[in-house]
Amino acid sequence: MPTVTSVAASVAASSAVSNEVPASLELAPYVILLPLVGAAVLLLAGRRSDRWGHWLGLATAIGSFVVGLVLLVGLLGLDAGERVYDMALYDWLPGGTLDVGVGLRIDPLSVTFVLLVTFVGSLIHLYSVAYMEHDDDRRRFFAYLNLFVAAMLVLVLANSYLLLFVGWEGVGLASYLLIGFWYRERKNAVAAKKAFVMNRVGDIGLIVAMMLMLATFGSLDFAVVHEQAPAASLGIVTAIGLMLLLAACGKSAQFPLQAWLGDAMAGPTPVSALIHAATMVTAGVYLVVRSAPIFDVSPDARLVVAIIGAVTLVFGAIIGCAKDDIKKALAASTMSQIGYMILAAGLGPIGYAFAIFHLVTHGFFKAGLFLGAGSVMHGMGDQVDMRRFGGLSRYMKVTFVTFGLGWLAILGIPPFSGFWSKDKIIEAAFVPVEGSEWQAWVFGFTALIGAGITAFYMSRLFFMTFGGKRRWNDGSGDVDGTGPQQGPVQHPHESPLLMTLPMVVLAFGSVFLGGLLAWGDSFVTWLEPVTGHAEHAEPVLPVWSLITLTLLLVVGGVILAWRQYAVADVPVTAPPASALTRAARVDLYQDAVNETVFMRPGQYLTRTLVYSDKEVVDGTWMGGAALLGTVGRVWRKAQNGFVRSYAATILGGLIVIVAVVLALAS
Amino acid sequence: MELTHYVVLSCILFSVGAATVLLRRNAIIVFMGVELMLNATNLAFVTFGRMHGDLSGQVIAFFVMVVAAAEVVVGLAIIIAIFRARRSVSVDDVDLLKS
Amino acid sequence: MSPGEDVLFWVLAPLMVLVSFGLLVARKAVHVAICMVFVMIGFAVLYIALEAPFLGVVQIVVYTGAVMMLFLFVLMLVGVDASSSLVETIRGQRWIGVILALGLGVILSGVVVQTVFPPAVGLAEANSVTNPVGLARVLMSDYVLAMEVVGIVLITAAVSALVLTHKRRLTPARGQKEIADAKVAALPQGGRLTPLAAPGVYAQNNAMDTPALDPQGRPIAESVSRVLRIRGQQREATDVLLGEHGLVERTSTVAEPEGSAPDEEER
Repeated sequence: MPTVTSVAASVAASSAVSNEVPASLELAPYVILLPLVGAAVLLLAGRRSDRWGHWLGLATAIGSFVVGLVLLVGLLGLDAGERVYDMALYDWLPGGTLDVGVGLRIDPLSVTFVLLVTFVGSLIHLYSVAYMEHDDDRRRFFAYLNLFVAAMLVLVLANSYLLLFVGWEGVGLASYLLIGFWYRERKNAVAAKKAFVMNRVGDIGLIVAMMLMLATFGSLDFAVVHEQAPAASLGIVTAIGLMLLLAACGKSAQFPLQAWLGDAMAGPTPVSALIHAATMVTAGVYLVVRSAPIFDVSPDARLVVAIIGAVTLVFGAIIGCAKDDIKKALAASTMSQIGYMILAAGLGPIGYAFAIFHLVTHGFFKAGLFLGAGSVMHGMGDQVDMRRFGGLSRYMKVTFVTFGLGWLAILGIPPFSGFWSKDKIIEAAFVPVEGSEWQAWVFGFTALIGAGITAFYMSRLFFMTFGGKRRWNDGSGDVDGTGPQQGPVQHPHESPLLMTLPMVVLAFGSVFLGGLLAWGDSFVTWLEPVTGHAEHAEPVLPVWSLITLTLLLVVGGVILAWRQYAVADVPVTAPPASALTRAARVDLYQDAVNETVFMRPGQYLTRTLVYSDKEVVDGTWMGGAALLGTVGRVWRKAQNGFVRSYAATILGGLIVIVAVVLALAS
Repeated sequence: MELTHYVVLSCILFSVGAATVLLRRNAIIVFMGVELMLNATNLAFVTFGRMHGDLSGQVIAFFVMVVAAAEVVVGLAIIIAIFRARRSVSVDDVDLLKS
Repeated sequence: MSPGEDVLFWVLAPLMVLVSFGLLVARKAVHVAICMVFVMIGFAVLYIALEAPFLGVVQIVVYTGAVMMLFLFVLMLVGVDASSSLVETIRGQRWIGVILALGLGVILSGVVVQTVFPPAVGLAEANSVTNPVGLARVLMSDYVLAMEVVGIVLITAAVSALVLTHKRRLTPARGQKEIADAKVAALPQGGRLTPLAAPGVYAQNNAMDTPALDPQGRPIAESVSRVLRIRGQQREATDVLLGEHGLVERTSTVAEPEGSAPDEEER
């Protein structure tokens, strides 16, 4: 491993960041290397590795997790003040004043992500072994999964924005490849393309932010940028912050770049669980929290972040209420939950730690929910329409229980994981930021109402799938008074052990992880070297009343959903509904808006451009070309084909240039 | 400054190499002219490296040597291929560029 | 620069320039190659003088040893003594070439002579851990990526040389059986089955250049090597026979043709 410590980072690290990496952390590069090698082997070995490829993929993911554990133990063995390290690996672009190195940032934040990515990643690898068993391309699937894990680890371990960008693009690529994994169906290929293009819009933000940083600070290293951010002009820092937010919006499917996430569900379900629920889409939150020193300087940028988060959390929740596709409903829920995290991150120092906390718990219960959805689909012959489910709790006991635990966790029922993290965010939202109380009220109530809607749509999803009456064809032929005997015959069955095992593990996480990490504020304290210590301001309403209010709303949402979807009959085709519901069914017209505001004018613009290009530009250049052609015919005489003549011309040109330079210089 | 002499020598040898490329028709000899030019630049690199007390000059010269070795291999292979096809190593016989 | 180095330079540099002119004037490619070898060694010596002993050794091994040997091999492949004429074919190329090369030399040297260089630092410090070690440190840290890339270039070059010189067989292989079949097939058109007759052997002549005689006493033209025939160096059987007869009959008078025969053979 290229631990070339002699090539020291060119920049002086800030006082908090140490360049001397202790021996206990020197394994860090292997975290990335293992899955990367796995991906390379699987992609290069071709069909030869079809038989053992998935086990290799699983092994590298687990190996990576083990190294991550070693890092965790290493960090825990150090004093809290000494847990931030920059590990220089390689001098990447030594170019005069721009000197970019490849280096890893090892601190509580990145190690948290490493553990989340590799642990959930390993479980989903394991799940996929069974889930993709009958797919001819299982090896390719595992290669892409490994590639994704490697890229995600690069993203979270990078110590400069440029290397982060490498990982950022890497996960984008992996996401594209995996959404379009069944690329032979046009729908999937289009969904992959959509995700890719919308992600690029966000990437422009990151690129512009990097350019601004380079122009302002002369460096892209976290250490330098974060140290100098307070000294730069407020306007520039705000611009950088907003550009970073744009990047975060693209990757994390935040308003207004959220439209791709629903379509991204075209990929295999383990992909949706790993990439589009637990890890990649949370990269935007990571970016904002990682750039905390920038956002700390600019309250305006922070406010925009919080607004975007609040808008998205409501947006996603409303969409979630109307979707009948189980995966798309979960995707809307992901969008909404990430809205919570972005909102928390936008609240500033008091919210960073809670954003990451919710991210971790969400990673567990949402991955669990997705795996449950995958298990249901597995048992129901790839049916995704919830109106065709119903009463499945009898047939899939394990899925039912694990899914139910995840459901309770996302609702925020104490003492499940979601309660500890989401409630903290709601509490933090009610804290006035720099004395402005209206913000506290607006954000606080948005978060509160969001929790209520979340309870409704997640319960709707849960009851429509597992509760109520059977709405699928069991092939028995009798009408049974309830279920319509149409559609393909289904034989719902529990999934194999390889699939239920990860679900059980994640369900345990959904139950205990939140309480465990909230115990004595241990997680917040653990993140303090990165997020800084936040003084505890009091919310505008007392904490006990907030918790009560939240729980009341949640219970209200559950009861509403229970009456409507468990007690009452659910029609197998979507009934006509109010304007809001219809809007929500089509993602609140986001695609239409995109199409009208960006695509159509874009098309007109291109058409105009094509026309003017043909007439004006081409006309000019065709005329010019004709002229050049005539000249060329004359000059052709000089082309005698003798290499030596050409060499003489080159030499003559060289002499002339040198002479001219000399003449100008003297 | 005495080290300048080396650079002047390198300039002269470079010019001789260039003249060889321009004047000789045997592709192999032309090739040797190119080698002479490469070596002349190497001499300049090494001299400048010594002037500045920096080993980078020698490193670059080393890379030039390695790349030149690769270039010779490919170049001579091309010459042999042409010789097989045309029974000639004259660069003037290979004038297909003109049409 | 120590006086010793001065002397070395002033002895070697003019010699190198002088010998390098061989590239321009030597008629045979082999001579050009020899000139190159000398200049290369000169470079190596200069490198060593310039505190770059490692490069000097590499120069000898790589250039003088490997590259020039490769050149000589190729020269042998395409024919060693195919001396190329120095007559110019492209109109004006000679003058253009000479003028351009002179111009280049003058302008480059002019620049170098005019420039005021900073005082030389010397490599004593950089070479303090010996030159190869110092070089390796630079090479393996700042330039390690370039090293890898150059390695790839070398491999690519080797493979491409294989590809370029690979001769694809366009016709089926011609083994012993095919040759025999072809000979039989060619019989009606006047082909022959037997090997060619050996050149004639005479009483006093080792007769590589003289045709054999068939049973009727007629000379067989094909028995003399094709090369000799094309060069016009074969002798008529009658000349030899006449000479030998004359030797027997009139020893004193016909000594002259016999005297010239060994001369021819020695060539």
